[in-house]
Amino acid sequence: MIRTEGLKFSYPSASEVLRGIDLTIGDEEFVAIMGENGAGKTTLVKTFNGLLLPTSGRVTVDGVNTRESSVAQLSRDVGLVFQNPDHQLFSETVREELAFSLRNFGYGEDTIDRRVTSILETLDLSRYADSSPFVLSGGERKRVALAAVLVWNPKHIILDEPTIGQDYQQKDRLRNFILQLNTQGKTVITITHDVEFVAECKPRLILLSKGLVIGDGPAEDILSDEQLIEKASLARPQIGALMHELRDLGLSDRVIDVYSAEQAILGALGRRR
Amino acid sequence: MSLKVFDGFKFAKLPTPIHMMDPRAKFTMTMGLFVAALLFSNIYALIVIFLVQLPIVYAAKTWKKWAASMRAGLLLAVLIFAMNFVFGSTLVFSAAMTLRFISLMSAFSLFFMTTSPDDLGLALEQAHVPYTLSFTFTTAVRLVPTMALDAQTVIDAQRSRGLELDKGNFMKRIRNYIPILIPLIVSAIRRSIELAEALESRGFGASPNRQPLIVLRMKFTDYFVVAVTILLEALAVYVYLYVPLPSPNIPITMPKIFPWL
Repeated sequence: MIRTEGLKFSYPSASEVLRGIDLTIGDEEFVAIMGENGAGKTTLVKTFNGLLLPTSGRVTVDGVNTRESSVAQLSRDVGLVFQNPDHQLFSETVREELAFSLRNFGYGEDTIDRRVTSILETLDLSRYADSSPFVLSGGERKRVALAAVLVWNPKHIILDEPTIGQDYQQKDRLRNFILQLNTQGKTVITITHDVEFVAECKPRLILLSKGLVIGDGPAEDILSDEQLIEKASLARPQIGALMHELRDLGLSDRVIDVYSAEQAILGALGRRR
Repeated sequence: MSLKVFDGFKFAKLPTPIHMMDPRAKFTMTMGLFVAALLFSNIYALIVIFLVQLPIVYAAKTWKKWAASMRAGLLLAVLIFAMNFVFGSTLVFSAAMTLRFISLMSAFSLFFMTTSPDDLGLALEQAHVPYTLSFTFTTAVRLVPTMALDAQTVIDAQRSRGLELDKGNFMKRIRNYIPILIPLIVSAIRRSIELAEALESRGFGASPNRQPLIVLRMKFTDYFVVAVTILLEALAVYVYLYVPLPSPNIPITMPKIFPWL
């Protein structure tokens, strides 16, 4: 469980980025964090593994105060995947890249080999095992960066903008993969600007604006709330917008994904499939 | 974090006489300090070179940032002192070399804190440096803060993967920086390629004759600063050549641990 209490944070020589955040993210929850640029999303998740310590208030991960632990210790449980893979890839081969964190955490070579092979398969990267990460395409590098964190099997996984630079099919796969991780018992926290992605996953949605939580609840509720959408510089997902337009026909505009929309429309037409 | 060192080289616009000075005059002044600091290895001379800068820092109202960059350079200063001392220099000479480093750092920090990259580019252009070169230079200066930001992100990303920078013996600690340096260099190269392509798409270098909108003009105070610098420099060279400077006689050295040196 990740919990923040009265979390405030400011960078030196800058105004307050997080201005008092109280959140509890339970184990095995699937959470999306959205909000305008500069709302404090990345800053917030950086406090979850101790990279940033609160200027006031506190953050606890499974009961441990992040002040009383090191980033390396916290990272074993909180895997943070950064937005830009180019900020972390450095090894000669993809295989070595994935082994890096396992070595840092002191795993034996046998375990390292086994885990790396398995994650390469899971993320469809096996054929690149011995390639340099630098010759891969942007989307592939992004998957390597993701694999580089999943490889040590952290309990809570944080993804900063995972869908950027992925083509439609990869995005679909990524969504299924994330949902699968979640059903396997991982806490998944993802920062994203992609409302369509959120609409299809329907996680708990936390809206940040100017360093404060302005909305927190099921994605359907948040993404159909006119005021919140406006405040957080979002837009309704397309299905949500369509249902909103059709609300005069007696359809609920809280519907945001294709499947539920289909059900609702067929229901309204008095038909069933 | 050692990245604070970049703050001391970041320009901020302030209405002080130092900021408003012509960049060429300021550059002459900085070069004067640079040459003088390299000329002397006498500790008294280096103390003077360091002290001369303090009123300028004061006039430029950059005490805080200057002090921060000095603090950030402290580790390197200590290293220089230790290296000199361990490898057989006297205490006084080691201190002098450290002071030389501090003076150089202070002089350049002062220059970059008070000179906008735009002014710098203009000055280079008017000195008939080819535009591509002056542009490269100003872009490099401009990218320093961005690179510092990148470096911080890379450090964060690798720490999140369990990297502990300050763990292990001396050699291990140096090796710890490989996962930081490689992504930093790679992303800098990627960025520069993108920048070059973007520039060319926008017609960079299309017309060989550029007409500057703003022309720098040296004012009386600027000429005055240049004259004073030249005078002081001449004095320094004279002292260096003809005046035997005293040196404190503290013959403390490390016991030789490397007998072959």
